[in-house]
Amino acid sequence: MRPSMMKIFDNLRDQNILDLEHAKRDNKKVVGMYCAYSPQELALAAGAIPVSLCGTKNEPVAAAEKVLPRNLCPLIKSSFGFAITDTCPYFRFSDFLVADTTCDGKKKMFEILSSIKPMHVLHLPQGTDRPGALGWWLEEIRVLKDKLEENLGATIDEDGLRAAIKLTNRERQVMRKLHEMNRLDPAPLSGVDLLTATWLRSFSVDKAEGIELVEQLIEEIQEIAEKGLSPFRPGTPRILLTGCPVGSGSEKVLKLVEECGGSVVCLENCSGIKTQVYLIDEDESKDPLEAIAERYLQIPCSCMSPNPGRLELISKLIDEYRVDGVVDLTWQACHTYNVEAELVRQLIKDKFGLPYIQLETDYSTSDVEQLKTRVAAFIEMMDRS
Amino acid sequence: MITVGIDVGSITTKAVLLNGTTWQSLLLPTGCSPRDAGKSVFEQILDRASLSPADVDCVVGTGYGRISLPFIDKAITEITCHARGALHLVNGTDMVIDIGGQDSKVIMIDEQGRVINFAMNDKCAAGTGRFLQVMAAVLGADVSDLADLARGAEPVQISSMCTVFAESEVVSLLAQGVSKERIISGIHRSVAGRVASMAGRLGRGRRITFTGGVARNGGVREFLARELGQEVTVAPEPQMAGAIGAALLARDRCKH
Ligand code: SF4
Ligand code: SF4
Repeated sequence: MRPSMMKIFDNLRDQNILDLEHAKRDNKKVVGMYCAYSPQELALAAGAIPVSLCGTKNEPVAAAEKVLPRNLCPLIKSSFGFAITDTCPYFRFSDFLVADTTCDGKKKMFEILSSIKPMHVLHLPQGTDRPGALGWWLEEIRVLKDKLEENLGATIDEDGLRAAIKLTNRERQVMRKLHEMNRLDPAPLSGVDLLTATWLRSFSVDKAEGIELVEQLIEEIQEIAEKGLSPFRPGTPRILLTGCPVGSGSEKVLKLVEECGGSVVCLENCSGIKTQVYLIDEDESKDPLEAIAERYLQIPCSCMSPNPGRLELISKLIDEYRVDGVVDLTWQACHTYNVEAELVRQLIKDKFGLPYIQLETDYSTSDVEQLKTRVAAFIEMMDRS
Repeated sequence: MITVGIDVGSITTKAVLLNGTTWQSLLLPTGCSPRDAGKSVFEQILDRASLSPADVDCVVGTGYGRISLPFIDKAITEITCHARGALHLVNGTDMVIDIGGQDSKVIMIDEQGRVINFAMNDKCAAGTGRFLQVMAAVLGADVSDLADLARGAEPVQISSMCTVFAESEVVSLLAQGVSKERIISGIHRSVAGRVASMAGRLGRGRRITFTGGVARNGGVREFLARELGQEVTVAPEPQMAGAIGAALLARDRCKH
C-alpha cells in the first residue's frame, strides 16, 4: 500500500519550480550546488535558497557529449548538458554556483562551466586522516563565506549560521527518521518512494515546509505500518543500495530491483542516508564555521582516500536494516566508485557472507534487458518464498 | 508429476518435459518471434508425449524470451535455471560456464544447485556464440564445423575483443596468408580467454561444467581448460541445461 501523501511528493518538483520563480521575483538569491560537500548552511545564512544541480536525467547527455568526452560519468555529462542547453530551471534561477574538487571529471568540467555563470570551487582535502585536513577545509569554508558575501551582496553572521544549522539538522533528523521507518520487515515504503521523498530536500524553497511534509508522511507511514500493511509481501529480499548518487531520472536500477521482486530498504548513497547520518555540532561555544567544516568532512565519499567511513556505514546499515543483499551501483567511467567496489565486495563477502552485485551502467535505457536478467537472478539467490 | 521447462534463447528455443524421473527434450530455432517459438516448442513436446496442457502441473519459462510466454506459471532467469540443470547433468558441479548465442555466464553453485555468485558478459558479443557465428561467416564456414577445421592448429593472436573489429582483423589475417586453421584456433582461444577471465574473478571451481550451444565446440573447451588450468566437463546435451533446470524448478514449485 502506497501512502496517499506520496501523491503530493510526486508533484512537488513542479510546485517547487513555481515557488522558486516567486521567490526570485521577490529578489531572493539562489545558490546552485553540485555536491554533498557544499555546505548549504552558508547559503541559508546569506538569506539565499540552496538548490542541488546534480544532473540526474539522460536528455542533456547528448548535448554535453559535443563538448565533453563520451567516456565520462553520466552524472557529469547530465549536469553539464543541463547548463549549456539552459534546460534546467534550477540552473537558470541560480545566481551563483558552488562546486567542489571531488573527482577528476567533475572538477575539470567545472572549469568549463565557470564561464557560463559565476562559480566558486571549494578545494577538498584528498582524505581526512592527515592532521592538516580539517584546518585546510575550514580555511576553504571561510573563503566560500567571503565569496558568497561578495557575490550575493549579503553578510553571513554567527546568528544566521546558527539558525541555519538548527534548520538543516532538523531536516537531517527527519530524513533519517523517514529512512528508519524501513527498518520494519516488510518495509512500509518502497525504495522508489523513499528516493522521491528524500530527493525533495535538494529543491525545497522553504525548508521548514519541506520538513513538515516529511513529518506528515512519517505519520501516515506509521499508521500504515501499525495495520501491518506494506507494498511488499513478507519474505521479500531486503536490499541495500550503495554507490553513486541516484535521483529522479536515474533511478533505473532502483526500479529494476523492485520490479524484479526486491525491496530497497535503504539508500546508502548521497541521495540517501550518507548525507543525513552526521549532524552539525550545535554547541554555542563553538565557531559555527568550524562545526560545519567538521561535519561535512565526515561524508564518506569515494573521492576521499582512504575512505573507511563508507565501509563502516555500510556495515552499520546492514545490521540496522536487516539487509539480505547489497547492490553497488556505479556509473560508467566513475573510477572512484568502480575501483572502491572491490573493497565493498570484500567487506560484504568476507564479513557478512551476503550476496553482492556491482552494476555498472549509465542513464540510458539501452542495457535494461541485460540488467534485468542480472538483477532478477540476483534476487532469485535470496528468494525465501 | 509432469512439469515442463521452456528456454527461449536468442538462437534456439528448447523444451524439456519431465515426467517422474524420465525426461524428453526438443530444440527449435527461435527465428524472429520468441513468443511463437516458445509456443510451438511447448505444443510439439506435448504432442510427442500425447499430452495436453491440462496434464502439465507446472511450466517454468527461462531465457531472454521468458517474459513473452503467456502460458507459463513462472519466469525464472537462465542463471538460476542453468545452475540447477548443470548440477543435474553433471554430479558435483560447483562452477557452471555457459556460453550461449548472445551471452556468456559463469555461475558458482552450492550442493543443491542454488546460485552463490555469478558473472555475466555485458552488452557486447565478445565471448559468445554470436562472435563465433560472425567469424564463421567471414571464413565461409559453418559454425558447427569450426572445431573440426581448427583441430591441432597453432592459434594466431586475435587481439580485438569487439566483434566488429575482430571481423576486420580476421579479414586482414586472411589477406596476409595466415591459414584458416590457425585463425579459427585463434578465435576459439579468444572466446575462451574472455570467459576464463570472467571465471577467474569469481574464484576457483572444483568441478567445472560447460553448458550452452558453444559447449559442443571442442576447440573452445580445450582452450578454456588450458586457461583455467583445470578440467572442464561438457554436460551431456549441453544446450538443454537451462530447460532441464526450468523443469526441475517447476517440480520444486509444485511440491510446495
Ligand atoms: S558521490 Fe561524492 S562527489 Fe558525488 S555528490 Fe556525493 S559527495 Fe559529491
Ligand atoms: S558518480 Fe563518480 S564520476 Fe560521477 S560525479 Fe560522482 S564521483 Fe564523479
